[in-house]
Amino acid sequence: MTVQKTALTGNYAVAYAAKMARPHVIAAYPITPQTSIVEKLAEFVEKGELNARFVNVESEFAAMSVVYGAAMAGARAFTATSSHGLLYMYEAAWWTALSRAPVVMAVVTRTVGPPWNIHVEHNDILTLRDAGWIIAMAETVQETFDLTLQAFRIAESAALPMAVGVDGFVLSHSTEPVEMPPQEVVDKYLPPRRPDVPILFRPGKPVTFGNLPSDNRIHARHKIVTVYEAQQEAKKVIIKADEEYGKLVGRRYGGLVEWYRAEDAKHMVVCAGAWCSDAKHAVDSLRSRGVPVGLMRIRFIRPFPREEVAKLDQYETVVVYDRDITPVGGVLGLEVKAALSRARVVNIIAGIAGVDFDSRHFYETIQNAVEERYKELEFVV
Amino acid sequence: MSFRLDQLPKKKYVVPGNAACAGCGMMIGLKVLGMVLGEEAVLSIPASCASVVQGLAPKSGVAMPILNVPFASAAAVATGIAEAYRMLGVKGHAVVWAGDGGTADIGFATLSGAAERNSNIIYIMYDNEAYMNTGIQRSSSTPRGAWTATTPVGKRERKKDVALLMAMHGVPYAATASIAYPQDFYRKLKRASEIEGFKFIHLHVPCPPGWRYDPAKTVEIAKLAVETGAWILWEYDNGQLKLNPPSTIYVDKTKRKPLKEYLKLQGRFAHLTDDDIKILEEEIETKWQTVLALAKAFPQRL
Repeated sequence: MTVQKTALTGNYAVAYAAKMARPHVIAAYPITPQTSIVEKLAEFVEKGELNARFVNVESEFAAMSVVYGAAMAGARAFTATSSHGLLYMYEAAWWTALSRAPVVMAVVTRTVGPPWNIHVEHNDILTLRDAGWIIAMAETVQETFDLTLQAFRIAESAALPMAVGVDGFVLSHSTEPVEMPPQEVVDKYLPPRRPDVPILFRPGKPVTFGNLPSDNRIHARHKIVTVYEAQQEAKKVIIKADEEYGKLVGRRYGGLVEWYRAEDAKHMVVCAGAWCSDAKHAVDSLRSRGVPVGLMRIRFIRPFPREEVAKLDQYETVVVYDRDITPVGGVLGLEVKAALSRARVVNIIAGIAGVDFDSRHFYETIQNAVEERYKELEFVV
Repeated sequence: MSFRLDQLPKKKYVVPGNAACAGCGMMIGLKVLGMVLGEEAVLSIPASCASVVQGLAPKSGVAMPILNVPFASAAAVATGIAEAYRMLGVKGHAVVWAGDGGTADIGFATLSGAAERNSNIIYIMYDNEAYMNTGIQRSSSTPRGAWTATTPVGKRERKKDVALLMAMHGVPYAATASIAYPQDFYRKLKRASEIEGFKFIHLHVPCPPGWRYDPAKTVEIAKLAVETGAWILWEYDNGQLKLNPPSTIYVDKTKRKPLKEYLKLQGRFAHLTDDDIKILEEEIETKWQTVLALAKAFPQRL
């Protein structure tokens, strides 16, 4: 197999992966740091390298509405946004998930204001966590490419929309060498979309979707199936998508989480997104100094890898890093804690509002956590 | 274009089981839409009376494909459907069937965006002149003076003219219509379906509970709106703006019926004084002069 290796930014990796997925409809509204994804895709379409309709919309709400309509009509549809753009889409994002429309969206994660701040934070993408979306977070530019491509297969197999989190600037504007499989391999991996899931929506075939229920229990059942059960089913879909990708492309990531140096560890670090590379670096340094620490990288926020996370109970300390903040702590911290009963959990909220947090910060804060200098919840600025 | 009523399609697209109020003007419009595009249309319906009266899931009282969509999203969702069909080679029309609130207010940005992009959709704003589904609150399309639950002493502002705003986007097709003149609406839908790009039809639709009148009088009231000159039938077709019959004869002010005849049948205008009515008459005349000036400014198709 000939494998092309190209230097790409995270945003261009998204654009190339989206292009190779052969979407029919792309709609997006510019917002920093997502903009170069859609600029590149517009260029592909204009140059005739991608046979798709690129719809320039007047808002992110319209972007999500356009790809929703396209997906319900049976098309493969893609959009990308960030931060306030995602918040502006919010109603349509819920509608899309509860319709089981398999839209794929890149979310280049960025701080939510005020004040205006374009730097990385994860609060934006995490607002999708209750909406029924599948949510993945990339660690590298290569994984950004791979996840974007896999997202189409996962979304269409699970009949759920999927968001791929790409850390703003850290990944979106960093250049790394990326291996891109040849188009024929991608085509094999990603068969054409079935237009009849969730419904076949065609002229002359009367069907109503989304009208008032005659019995609220119909709606209740629909919500349980869509918001909870479909997510559980999606776990199998994700693992299969990873395995198949491994067979065809030669790269596997291990499914919902990645275990790193967890064997014979006493303490575990938990994190998601690009900064996991820095955390791994810190783990290596601590290991070399005899601190028995490992790491679990959460690749999928949704479906939440509860079974894998529950295994962390066998460790003494679990240090959960959140690049987000809520009035009750960090999102990952809360969710990891809810899956554990034995281990001591320390939730560190750091790197919010784009504050730098590198491997030295990880090294120091992991030490503080395992040496019990930290309380249950710590804020690091 | 001429046609015979007895040759119109007989198949019914508004069927028993819908939940419309007695005398609902909107359902008359939906019937005409079915006659013209019943086999070709897929409907995006935002939150509105239409999202309720279509019937209760898993059943439906409308025999056309319907996608119910968020309040502000319809023009964008229909754009997505149209673009998907183009790519997938599916023949058909992405049609929006939206109320005045979903069009003139909350959905106006998506509407304007679709118009400016020239998205290939047919957008029908059925205008019952208030938020009827939530219990008669004012919209920007409520006429001046009308009582609503949120304008208890009558609306103080004038009605937003969405059809003219759409025409001034320079779209291929924008028109007004009335459920009292189904032939005119039928012809306009047919014309819209022949045109590539963005098409907008502003359909005037009386509402018995919202306008406070006897449900038997829906068509009569819609007709009076045109006969008094309060509602003007016109179309803007590829650069040409012209009046349509019967509004053409009402250019002559003396041919119009007194506005009072239209207003007096409706409880929502019951509180108006003669002075109030005079202001409304003056505004109607200004509207006529505007439309006539535009007809003069846009005399022929491009």
